Amino acid sequence: MPVPTERKAQLLSGNEACVQGAIAAGVRFFAGYPITPSTEIAEGLAVELPKIGGKFIQMEDEIASMGAVIGASLAGLKSMTATSGPGFSLKQENIGFAALTEIPCVIVNVQRYGPSTGLPTSPAQGDIMQARWGTHGDHPAIALMPASVREAFDLTVQAVNLSEELRTPVILLMDEVVGHMRERVELPATDEITVVNRVKPTEDPEHFLPYKPGPNLVPPMPAFGDGYRFHVTGLVHNETGFPSGKGKDGNILVRRLLAKIEQRQPSIAQAELYQADDADIVIVAAGSVARSARAAVKEARAQGLKLGLVRPITAWPFPAEAINSVATTAKAMIVAEMNLGQMIIEVERAACGRVPVIGLNRIDAELITPQDIIARAQEVTKNVR
Amino acid sequence: MSVKELVERYCRTSKLPHIWCPGCGNGIIMGAVMRALDKADIDQDKTVIVSGIGCSSRAPGYMNFDTLHTTHGRALAYATGVKMANPDLNVVVLTGDGDCSAIGGNHLIHAARRNINLTVVVFNNSIYGMTGGQYSPLTPTHSYATTAPYGSIDRNFDLCKLVQAAGGTYVARGTTYHTRQLVDQIVAGLGHNGFSFIEVITQCPMYFGRKNKFPSAVDMLKWQQEHAVPVKAAAKMTSEQLAGKFLIGELYHEEAPEYTAVYEKEVIAKARGEVK
Amino acid sequence: MKKLELRLSGFGGQGLITAGIILAEAAILDGNNAVQSQSYGPEARGGASKAEVIISNEEIDYPKVGEADLCLAMSQQACDKYAAQTRPNGILVVDSGLVKNIPEFPGRIYAVPITEIATSEVGRGIVANIVALGVINGITNIVTKESLETAVLDRVPPKTKDLNKKALKAGYQAAQKVLQREGE
Repeated sequence: MPVPTERKAQLLSGNEACVQGAIAAGVRFFAGYPITPSTEIAEGLAVELPKIGGKFIQMEDEIASMGAVIGASLAGLKSMTATSGPGFSLKQENIGFAALTEIPCVIVNVQRYGPSTGLPTSPAQGDIMQARWGTHGDHPAIALMPASVREAFDLTVQAVNLSEELRTPVILLMDEVVGHMRERVELPATDEITVVNRVKPTEDPEHFLPYKPGPNLVPPMPAFGDGYRFHVTGLVHNETGFPSGKGKDGNILVRRLLAKIEQRQPSIAQAELYQADDADIVIVAAGSVARSARAAVKEARAQGLKLGLVRPITAWPFPAEAINSVATTAKAMIVAEMNLGQMIIEVERAACGRVPVIGLNRIDAELITPQDIIARAQEVTKNVR
Repeated sequence: MSVKELVERYCRTSKLPHIWCPGCGNGIIMGAVMRALDKADIDQDKTVIVSGIGCSSRAPGYMNFDTLHTTHGRALAYATGVKMANPDLNVVVLTGDGDCSAIGGNHLIHAARRNINLTVVVFNNSIYGMTGGQYSPLTPTHSYATTAPYGSIDRNFDLCKLVQAAGGTYVARGTTYHTRQLVDQIVAGLGHNGFSFIEVITQCPMYFGRKNKFPSAVDMLKWQQEHAVPVKAAAKMTSEQLAGKFLIGELYHEEAPEYTAVYEKEVIAKARGEVK
Repeated sequence: MKKLELRLSGFGGQGLITAGIILAEAAILDGNNAVQSQSYGPEARGGASKAEVIISNEEIDYPKVGEADLCLAMSQQACDKYAAQTRPNGILVVDSGLVKNIPEFPGRIYAVPITEIATSEVGRGIVANIVALGVINGITNIVTKESLETAVLDRVPPKTKDLNKKALKAGYQAAQKVLQREGE
């Protein structure tokens, strides 16, 4: 299934769209390990990458996959891996390495039910906090949550672009429902897709400082073999790239890693608002649950109950602005998520107590239904009146 | 080439002196690697040195190449990514006994199995030095360590046999005493088109020596001299004579298809419909 | 048409997932929206198989099928389980060769020997799923005949195109028969 050069309606799954998005964004290296429900991404790239001279390798484990992805990115290829909960946990140490050493890479996590082996084929959204805080130490995090097959494509492209622009690992936080469902989709034509490539240094190797940030706080990045002979280490380093062993360098480095994301945050953090302006009750839902919420908004409004939706597209940075924008107009917010309350923590933080924030949580391996949401909204309506 | 010339050409001199303890063998191995790279006439701009975590894994920081100091045990995984992404690069992996045979053991056998063209040099000092002297999978049974206060009861790996069994196609063992041979072994490894593995027996007087009745580094080097048996000499010796000794030299060598080349020739060619 | 939800159920190897995909693709060829999902994992391997398809000329938000408008049951077990998850005014299509006891169902029931038709009329049991598609579409006209045929031919191995065309036709004929019987 090559990326079509013109728009054509087709039936694709989220995982298949992710494969096409990766190819379109210029990913040319994939290392992975089989794990449900993400395996179709590895299978798809095993077929597609060699056709365009790209490299696919099935590694011996999840940790090795993450290591190989970082190594390949340093050798100059846009690199990606895909996994699910247990594998995401195993990759965390090396995701931290990529964050500290500023190696662009994309980690797709098709979330499944956990903890542990859990229910391998069942949906959940239990990794929202792991996507933010999974590795140790302070570190930046970008995580994107597609709600449709088209968005699985678009956000894969965006994840690659952000990782290249900001030299940071980016997480595509899908869920099993979006990853596995097939739906009608029209993918954009090649010339409609923006592709971002990492900036390479312009100075000669003699004067090159591998971790001297550019104006966007991101250091230009040569590839291994370009003649720069630079050092990459997971130890705290200064602009030379060499370990310094000094706390003050750690202070400068880690603050810059966060700042480079923060200063781009207003344009990275995204949310979709649907009928939220005049809503009495705003549902906050992401990924597949947002689809249920959208259906609930339509159905409830037909019954005279004014619901609206805020759908975070980025889990991280969290789109607090979108929550802010409705926190004074809504009478209550319901945060619907397939976990026992992760995103709600961020919603509460953003709402600052201006509006009651109520959770709607399911962990019975079923997608939250529109009826669940309407029922909770009716209950809340009674209480807030 | 004199030591001075060697250091000036292949070391990042501003990063010296190194952090290794007095008497440590790591500098000897790093020197041998640099001499071998020089002898093999490699392109310094097209060579990547990858390491994991531990005393040995600090070596790349001192070496004037593209260098990658990764996470504990994962050097071979990262190196596999580097080599796959750009097979034109020479990729050398410097690792320690704990790094490559314990936490990184899985990556070792699988990199060997694939026969990917990496040159791996293991600094085997039989101990975890960086963390202060805990026993590793290569610590000889009954040796003492901070975590084996009553003597280690673990049986130790023969790492060369392990790598050979896993599919490695060039396997050699050297020591920090037999440095000339060591350089030649690494040169052979660099020239070999496949997974090359050189285990180097080295001394850690600080943590292994002190706990195991080696008063100094010299005593440990003497032990190497007395216990190392060249492969050719061993062929004429009885098992009684070989008891307690270890073999040095080229232990295994075969030519087999190299992973990245096969990927190009088979996978890419088939995917593009150039061959069936 | 506004929105139709279908559940195709039976056991593994009957090609129900493929049938679901084909139906969704036919709907897309008609210019409609479609969502297809299926059972995975132990449930999918343990013998039971299920594909769900939603077809609509509007956006499809919630992607799962709750109460189906149409349920195809190609095993007794599937029929026992899913007949009750079909709308009371919906349609239940059963493979009469495989479902001997049809549970109580208030809607329309069509019993067609789908697998038997595939085996004896078409000549290959493996195309039972395509026969089933002919039956379902013959009864409901969810998708145009042209789109369904195109979608079938796009998905099946080139060498089996004629066989599958034959299967589809046999399905339509069987649908005609049961509809006629209903009209009498």
